[in-house]
Amino acid sequence: MAIAQSRSQSKSGVNWRAIWLPIAVALVVIFFLAPVLWQVLTSVKVNEDISAVPTVYFPTRYTLAHYASLFTRRPFGLYILNSAFVSITSTLLCLTLGAPAAYVLARLRLVGKEVILAIVLIVTLFPTVLLFLGLLEIVQATNLANNFLALIVPYTAINLPLTILVMRSFFQQLPKDLEDSARVDGYNTVQMLWQILLPMTLPALVTTGILTFIAAWNEFIFALTFISQENMKTIPVATAQLSGASVFEIPYGPIAAATILGTLPLILLVLFFQRKIVQGLTAGAVKG
Amino acid sequence: MLLKVSLRNATRRVSTNFVLHLFKIMAKLELKNLNKTYAPKVIPVKDVSLTVDDGEFLTLLGPSGCGKSTTLRMIAGLDAPTRGHIYLGEEEITYKRPGDRNMAMVFQSYALYPHMTVGENLASGLKLKKVSRADIERRVAEVSKLLGLEELMNRKPGQLSGGQRQRVAVGRALVRQAQVFLLDEPLSNLDALLRERVRADLKRIFAAQKAPVVYVTHDQTEAMTLSSKVALLNDGYLQQLDSPDRIYNHPANKFVAGFVGSPQMNLLTLPCKGRSAMLGDFQIPLPDLPTVPPEIILGIRPENVSIAQPGDTSFVRGRVNVVENLGMNYLVSTRIESHNAPTQIVRALLPTDRRWNEEEEIALSLPLQHLHWFDVQSGDALIGRQMAGVRS
Repeated sequence: MAIAQSRSQSKSGVNWRAIWLPIAVALVVIFFLAPVLWQVLTSVKVNEDISAVPTVYFPTRYTLAHYASLFTRRPFGLYILNSAFVSITSTLLCLTLGAPAAYVLARLRLVGKEVILAIVLIVTLFPTVLLFLGLLEIVQATNLANNFLALIVPYTAINLPLTILVMRSFFQQLPKDLEDSARVDGYNTVQMLWQILLPMTLPALVTTGILTFIAAWNEFIFALTFISQENMKTIPVATAQLSGASVFEIPYGPIAAATILGTLPLILLVLFFQRKIVQGLTAGAVKG
Repeated sequence: MLLKVSLRNATRRVSTNFVLHLFKIMAKLELKNLNKTYAPKVIPVKDVSLTVDDGEFLTLLGPSGCGKSTTLRMIAGLDAPTRGHIYLGEEEITYKRPGDRNMAMVFQSYALYPHMTVGENLASGLKLKKVSRADIERRVAEVSKLLGLEELMNRKPGQLSGGQRQRVAVGRALVRQAQVFLLDEPLSNLDALLRERVRADLKRIFAAQKAPVVYVTHDQTEAMTLSSKVALLNDGYLQQLDSPDRIYNHPANKFVAGFVGSPQMNLLTLPCKGRSAMLGDFQIPLPDLPTVPPEIILGIRPENVSIAQPGDTSFVRGRVNVVENLGMNYLVSTRIESHNAPTQIVRALLPTDRRWNEEEEIALSLPLQHLHWFDVQSGDALIGRQMAGVRS
């Protein structure tokens, strides 16, 4: 029966699957990557091609002048450093605060554990914009404006619930026997955490770490409001505030270049840790 | 020449180490009135006292939920007892940290560290104990040779089969040269055939270790074959602590009698009349008890029930109810009916040289020396004063 069917299919000569599958893939890829590609192309076009009518889709002349101008006319290296500092610090804070909390919530017998979890979940329900005004008051009251702490603390706080929830479900699926075995073998608590648990939780840590990092790296509205000092700005703000020689000139080239430059670290990060991320995302789903 | 010298050195090192080893492991494990209470109604271990001497292989046997795993975890120090004491040699270790007890444990799930290779798994405990690198290498090599793990040293646990993982887990315990070995159902994750083979291996390996071994299982075959002593637990209490032989042949109470042995012992509650118990219309002579109770529980193992021969004094007649073919035997359930007593079922393990049909009449002999008697209320074994003298 099956053989007969496949024969009749090959007789008709059309394998529809082989045709529509690549088309569908191509459409999806174009849909997602076209804006990115457009930015990449814009960032290397010369100014005449950018403003040319009709639109030049694929330029024949290429330039890196837009990239160069980011560093010569503005301290873009410094912006990247600012962004990196804020993002890395808040990511590390998130993991060092969130992972132990998650471990406790997953493993120890704790009175009111469910309540704590519910509160953690509720925090994630508030839109950032709602928190924003309150935070502004706090920043003013504590005199933290133009201080990286004004960014690091909120980023950490906002990303902490996600870290706790992801890490908790990861810890829950780690077999308890492993910890018992480590204790019988003579590991003390610190050694157990560092030598047994940490290596096993690395995929989950990397996954949540990257999610936290991306959120902090891309954050705009806090960074725009709490930091006004030029040399403390982060990339998203600096990119948005790129301006031309006059009010009427929009520097498309440098903006595109800044966008690419700001995205590049994230892409590299994700590519570098890709395997770990996939492991981390599927860790809870498949019993290993 | 050089080879000879190094060989001699090696043997000397091994022998001194062996002496040290013997010296170190002289230890007796003792549990006194151990109790673990989680909540007023959750008391997995109510009162357990027992001792395990050097070279003894003690099995904690019992149905699930009897408290055997909790007892083991308290010995290991993973759970603290609510009451009671644990001694190792002369030293009280009740509240000592698990890492300071020098015990090695094999877990049911094996609990191998997934990010370490087999070699690293074996060496991990020794590294923590600050054993010198050369010693670690030597011990790991010894154990891996003993267990046939040499080929697997560089693999991660994820790349091993169930049987191999089990061997690594045993190896990790052996390498430690611990004072006490604890094994928590180490065979339950293996398939039946492999289990039988590994069981024999375990027996050989742990017989060579002179340290006390505490082994937890719910499988009575493992308990009977492996141990020198069996502690049967039920409901948080120790039911009987004895050699496998005595557990089987002289169960201390009805629970032990029913739990150990397959097919299960016949346990029949019978009325007493004079100095006999009434099984249907047949009289079974009672042992020489101080007082004859109105009712008594008779126990006899199916393999001790045989077809009555002419001249047998203690036998019953009944009708075949069900015949189960066990391969080497038939398990024949016989219905013993009476007008003035409830129907009783006696199961007998009979040879396959004769087939039995349902409803066929059958006469079964119940040899007196194989009868066990238990108190109806307490379930305790009732032993006659002249039990040994009675012969049919």
